Amino acid sequence: MDLIVPTDRGLYCAAGDFYIDPWRPVPRALITHAHGDHARFGSDLYVCHETSAPILKKRFGDVRIETAAYGEILNRNGVEISFHPAGHILGSAQIRIAYRGEVWVASGDYKLERDGVSAPFEPLRAHAFITESTFGLPIYRWRPQAETLAAIEAWWRGNAAAGRASLLFGYALGKAQRVLASIDAGIGPIVCHGAVEAMNVIYREAGVALPPTPRADAVDKAELRRALVLAPPAAYASPWAKRFGEYSDALASGFMQVRGNRRRRGLDRGFVLSDHADWPGLISAIEATGATRVFATHGAAAPLARFLREQKSLDARVYATAYGEEEETTEAAAQAEAAQ
Amino acid sequence: MKAFADLYRRLDSATSTRAKQAAMAEAFAGARDDPGTRGSAAWMVYFLAGGKPRQIVPTRLMWRLAVEASGYPEWLCEECYHSVGDLAETLALLLPEGVAGEEISLEAWMRQRLLPLPALEEDERYARLERWVDELPADQRLAFFKLITGELRVGVSRLQVVKALAEVAGIEESRMAQRIIGYAQARRTPSAEDFEALIAEVAHGEAAALDAGRPYPFYLAQSWQRPVVEMAETLGLPSDWVIEWKFDGIRAQLVRRGDNWRLWSRGEELISDAYPDLEPLARALPPDTTLDGELVVMHPPPGARPADSLDGLAPFASLQQRLGRKVVSAKTLKELPVAFIVYDLVELDGQDIRGEPQHGRRASLARLAEEVLAQAQARGERLPLRISPTVTAPDWEALDAIRVGARALGREGLMLKARGGAYGVGRRKGGDRTNVWWKWKLDPMSVDAVLIYAQRGHGRRSGVYSDYTFAVWSAGEEVPSRELIPFAKAYSGVSDAEMREMDFIIRRTTVETFGPVRSVQPTQVIELGFEGIQPSNRHRSGVAVRFPRMLRWRRDKPVSEADTLESLRQLLPAKPVERRAGRSSDEGAN
Repeated sequence: MDLIVPTDRGLYCAAGDFYIDPWRPVPRALITHAHGDHARFGSDLYVCHETSAPILKKRFGDVRIETAAYGEILNRNGVEISFHPAGHILGSAQIRIAYRGEVWVASGDYKLERDGVSAPFEPLRAHAFITESTFGLPIYRWRPQAETLAAIEAWWRGNAAAGRASLLFGYALGKAQRVLASIDAGIGPIVCHGAVEAMNVIYREAGVALPPTPRADAVDKAELRRALVLAPPAAYASPWAKRFGEYSDALASGFMQVRGNRRRRGLDRGFVLSDHADWPGLISAIEATGATRVFATHGAAAPLARFLREQKSLDARVYATAYGEEEETTEAAAQAEAAQ
Repeated sequence: MKAFADLYRRLDSATSTRAKQAAMAEAFAGARDDPGTRGSAAWMVYFLAGGKPRQIVPTRLMWRLAVEASGYPEWLCEECYHSVGDLAETLALLLPEGVAGEEISLEAWMRQRLLPLPALEEDERYARLERWVDELPADQRLAFFKLITGELRVGVSRLQVVKALAEVAGIEESRMAQRIIGYAQARRTPSAEDFEALIAEVAHGEAAALDAGRPYPFYLAQSWQRPVVEMAETLGLPSDWVIEWKFDGIRAQLVRRGDNWRLWSRGEELISDAYPDLEPLARALPPDTTLDGELVVMHPPPGARPADSLDGLAPFASLQQRLGRKVVSAKTLKELPVAFIVYDLVELDGQDIRGEPQHGRRASLARLAEEVLAQAQARGERLPLRISPTVTAPDWEALDAIRVGARALGREGLMLKARGGAYGVGRRKGGDRTNVWWKWKLDPMSVDAVLIYAQRGHGRRSGVYSDYTFAVWSAGEEVPSRELIPFAKAYSGVSDAEMREMDFIIRRTTVETFGPVRSVQPTQVIELGFEGIQPSNRHRSGVAVRFPRMLRWRRDKPVSEADTLESLRQLLPAKPVERRAGRSSDEGAN
């Protein structure tokens, strides 16, 4: 039997009797990272990287959590478990499972480019690799982060000069802090939505240097019109956004690569900035593991698996999971809930 | 090409109409001030105004480029296309970056490179295309592929192009709208001179000089969708309005200039050749006259009748048989003769009379039509000309009752035209409520249908499951073996937010995926509206509906309570639409 198998609760390791990123409550849940589609409430025990723990606590309250440092080996029923940087967000990890000479790696979400915030992705060797595939189509090729940030800065500068605020939507955990950590904070004040600020606090406590982010009501009205405002996509066209008067809005997401995704939202701009690997990133990461068996889990899983089978002669399959394209799906889910 | 790519990007990243217009005006003003760029500007206008050259590169070759230049298997390129929803954009995203070559103007691209392409052997065409693309800077590729597919999808309306040009030329929009008519026809190759003619100062007697029988920009009606009780307050008295039927035909302008005549459809297509039946009418008109009206099939009864009698008016289905035919047989002309029901006069004796009030134009129209008909009768000739009858009633409630009767007469509702209003340009949103044409249409027929298939859309809806197939039950709930029978597809009627929500539900309830199509568990009920329904042998449901669209998402309704085939069939016309009006106000309505 395979070391890790898909079940209706999540990826399961029978030898170690634990789940990885389960979507239903289980006795023991190993967590790759703290995004909502990978870490869900209700399990008896969570095991994660030490910088993920404060985020889980923030989200779930007082739950049982065991932590490990990157590279530290935990042993359970003879199964070696270790967490290794995935470069996705703060505390994100690939989970390496070794048992009787066989190595499996579950990637969680990852990206190869260094973002200046999360620990850089660590290539691991494995016999079997369970990979994400959010952007598993060759239309997704990212420009270097510096180029995209320069474009965001130019947009912000232009808006500030024209006296209108710049509302930049992006995932509250990870994307916002990545922008904060690297953007030129001298252009104007930076204001964050409450959901973003809650995560900023945790990032700062983890030692990530972020520029000051005053509350919107603590900033002078005239100054607000020159501000960069970071908010989750759910705040789009919300009453909360109205306080900024005339503004230009934009979304930072890998999905902005496709014009239609931006245009049907009626956004002024879309910045292609993703915490997921692009197509070349996925292919090179998968090849670097040396794995002969590959399981693709979400997004464009089927085309990626087929490509790996046909073009790379790998034993590649799709593992059905409940991991979403978090940026897209959580947004749609939030709207669906709001509408009901 | 750089200038066009820059403009494309600016238009694409602007969401407000104002910003888009400013971007275009800036580009056109640049060409106004720099004669060397006018040839390229001429092409920009052409593409922005909706021009599509005859297929320069067949889709087949575009796909070959996608596959060979990207190095990916064809199925993967197709997956990408379904995700992007636009072939030009897919290519721009898929192809590897090349080595940028020298800048070539849009005009040179079109004239020297692209337009000569169809004459070459396929392999030579492909080789050139591949080399050109390799030499194109990455940020010009999307614009380049858009030129080839001709689907700009950049959210610019023709009216906006007209406004931007009018601003740059310093002339009135209505004049610019007329100048641009025919500009974007498929076979045209616009030149610097064409652009100069567009932005030139107004010349004396320009209307008459604009020969080739160009029509005037069609004045379009807005939809009246508010309740009858609000009409008196908003619209005043019915007597303030010229009220006519809304016909289910083809809107057209008949232009007689000098010895020539032309018939133009609302899409600014020249359709004279398809309707030789109108030749005698056109010849009978005084030179330099332009009539606006509706093309219908009509079997005139024998004997004399008033100019506004509509006896013999056939349903749209008859007219449909004449659509799209380039050559019309004598048999067709005999069996499906057309008539022109006129309702406006925009040019008389070479004078543009669009500024005159509606009632004044109508009076002139009636005089002209009566005269032409009388002269023809004296010659023993019957012209295919009818005057659109006016409808009168003391109040809006009474008019509403007449409107409801429109369906039985095969008409779409009523038209309300402000008595004092001018003949405008295009469709004005909002604006002066008393200077408009309102179309007061019949409420659509509707059924509650179940969503069973979804397909990803294109353009603004690319990647989202936005194109839906709907079904009704084969029988009532008492039949346990009943199934859902598909009967209509619909793409419009829901808001963007609802569509995203629907997209989410579709992804979660998918049963099977076939390429871009998903079958879904039947969980959603939508009230589907349509304008007409006909028996059909080609559809499994046995019916074909016209203009289906989503009216309302019935979240309150379980799937089991959706409508049945029987409820659809009950909407079928009991017998063919009557030729003779029953209770009608056609007669004596003037």
